[in-house]
Amino acid sequence: MTRPPRWADVVLTPLISLALAFALSALVILAIGESPWLALRTMVTGALGSSYGWGYTLYYATNFIFTGLAVAVAYHASLFNIGGEGQATMGGLGVALVALALPWPHWGLALPAAVVGAALFGAAWALVPAWLQAKRGSHIVITTIMFNFIAAAVLNYVLVNVMRPVGSMDPASARFPEGTRLPRLTDMAAGIGIEWGKATPANITFLIALAACALVWVLIWRTPLGYEIRAFGRSERAARYAGISPVRITVVAMLISGGLAGLMAINNVMGEAGRLVLNHVEGAGFIGIAVALMGRNHPFGILLAALLFGFLYQGGGELALWTSIPRELIVVIQALVILFTGALDNMVRMLIAPLFGRRA
Amino acid sequence: MDYATILQILDSAVRLMVPLLLACLAGLWSERAGVFDIGLEGKMLIAAFASAAAAAAAGQVWIGLAAGIAASLALAGVHGLASITFRGNQLISGVAINFLASGLTVLLGQTWFGLGGRTPALEGAARFGTWHLPGAEALRGIPLIGQFYADVLSGHTPLVYVAMLAVPLTWWVLLRTRFGLRLRAVGENPASVDTAGVSVTRLRWTAVGLAGLLCGIAGAYLATGLSAGFVKEMTAGRGFIALAALIFANWRPWRALGATFLFGLMEAVANRWPELDLGPVTIPSMFMNALPYILTVIILAGFIGRATPPRAGGEPYVKER
Repeated sequence: MTRPPRWADVVLTPLISLALAFALSALVILAIGESPWLALRTMVTGALGSSYGWGYTLYYATNFIFTGLAVAVAYHASLFNIGGEGQATMGGLGVALVALALPWPHWGLALPAAVVGAALFGAAWALVPAWLQAKRGSHIVITTIMFNFIAAAVLNYVLVNVMRPVGSMDPASARFPEGTRLPRLTDMAAGIGIEWGKATPANITFLIALAACALVWVLIWRTPLGYEIRAFGRSERAARYAGISPVRITVVAMLISGGLAGLMAINNVMGEAGRLVLNHVEGAGFIGIAVALMGRNHPFGILLAALLFGFLYQGGGELALWTSIPRELIVVIQALVILFTGALDNMVRMLIAPLFGRRA
Repeated sequence: MDYATILQILDSAVRLMVPLLLACLAGLWSERAGVFDIGLEGKMLIAAFASAAAAAAAGQVWIGLAAGIAASLALAGVHGLASITFRGNQLISGVAINFLASGLTVLLGQTWFGLGGRTPALEGAARFGTWHLPGAEALRGIPLIGQFYADVLSGHTPLVYVAMLAVPLTWWVLLRTRFGLRLRAVGENPASVDTAGVSVTRLRWTAVGLAGLLCGIAGAYLATGLSAGFVKEMTAGRGFIALAALIFANWRPWRALGATFLFGLMEAVANRWPELDLGPVTIPSMFMNALPYILTVIILAGFIGRATPPRAGGEPYVKER
């Protein structure tokens, strides 16, 4: 089989996959009797045409950066973590417990504590599948799927029976104290005299997400642990021979992965909602899979892919608002991106290989 | 709790186990041939939608069934293309199929019917009627056994009996025929099958096709037998419970019957008593709903029994040159 050169594999494969996904989605839009061109224009205007649109795009992108990084770190250890949804769900619980534990005087104190809470709960939820995979050989894909459902049930139970304020019918926690309100990007822009993104939920967590990208890059490519994770991911037998403990790497990689997924809750639970509600993750954990695949498991790629999906998400909302195309179109695009980048990648490679005519 | 209540619960368990059983057998065929399938949920969902939409349009439930099977087969084709022909990642392909079904059903449903992703309610010939087994009414007079026969075994939709028949059929074909032997061999050691001059690709495609067929029936049963029409996300994780049942059953047909009955029974009990009162403790409904998943994790951990999946599962087969 001819193989394209490395740069083409890294850059062209995701782009062609995306083009294929968009082309098929355009066919779907045509099939339901709408205009793909109008749909695209509505999405671009709605998501990128104003600072309001950008605010929402960045807010969604923040979620996807965390869940995308979570999938990527596990992937480098050759572990497919489908449990980001459940880990983020539990991360939300960690955030809520921290936020409601004390009458926080200032967000500067509440934020680090909530970061610890979110990461701890997310990591704890990844620990059991990781330990079972490492010690008992149970397939991590199946266990993390099961843990997604269990997390949903736990959250449901906790919200209905434990955290729901007395007299409230709504299955949600009490509102977080005022001192846990994170600064929004719009406030920060106003601080330097720019009017930007009024009434959008994009908040300081976006900057934490950028920092997380940098830290994950350092971790994977510049630390001994990252080297061990990658070595283990490439060949478990070689890693074992080199004295790398499979149990330790599996558990540590999954803890980091789960912690990253849990951190997402800082953005949506603390930064946006200000309380814990049912199903607060809304599928962002699964979008992380598409983001990591599209971004080729590299933090910079993940940042770009998360922005793309943030755009799709916000654009999809606008689409539902202004046209008769339901926002589930985004789920279809997401599915096609996952399909082409993750499962049909050999087909895409075969498509571009003749362009280079190299044999490998 | 009297006998009539027990019969009601059992009857409801039989109804609820059927989609699980069909999907579980679908997974069994696919995975015994070495192709992981976490897209059972998606295939069922799209089949449920297609069958409800076609049955609503044609007014004929059998046309709905055919449409459901066709839709499920189409997604099975995508899975086969990705995981057999292009040797891609089978797990990722399954994830993609689940999202594809989740998005397409609402997108098309909203466009065609404008009911927020639902299809119009089905009635009359657009739904499966119930079949009464011979002599059900005559035997009802016999205490215990006659009542059991009339209330639990008789009076279901045809697809329930199809599902029950699929178990011995699967057992026989998989474990007693040459085709079945080859198919199992492909899931354990595809190179040996290849050496014997039998096509690995063709066997795996057949298995994936059978999985599509069974998921199609499961979805059609959900929308046209169990309920009267399609509702957004109506599979509600059943594809994953079926996967759990498959592990619980250790990839064996008769045990699949037992496992899915157990999970069906749990669902029936949870439906009847949302808050199960056991005297000193009350079990919340969330726990009952999560029980299949918790049990699966315990099984996978090897604390009860041991799960031994097909050895070549999940690995694309590359012919040596």
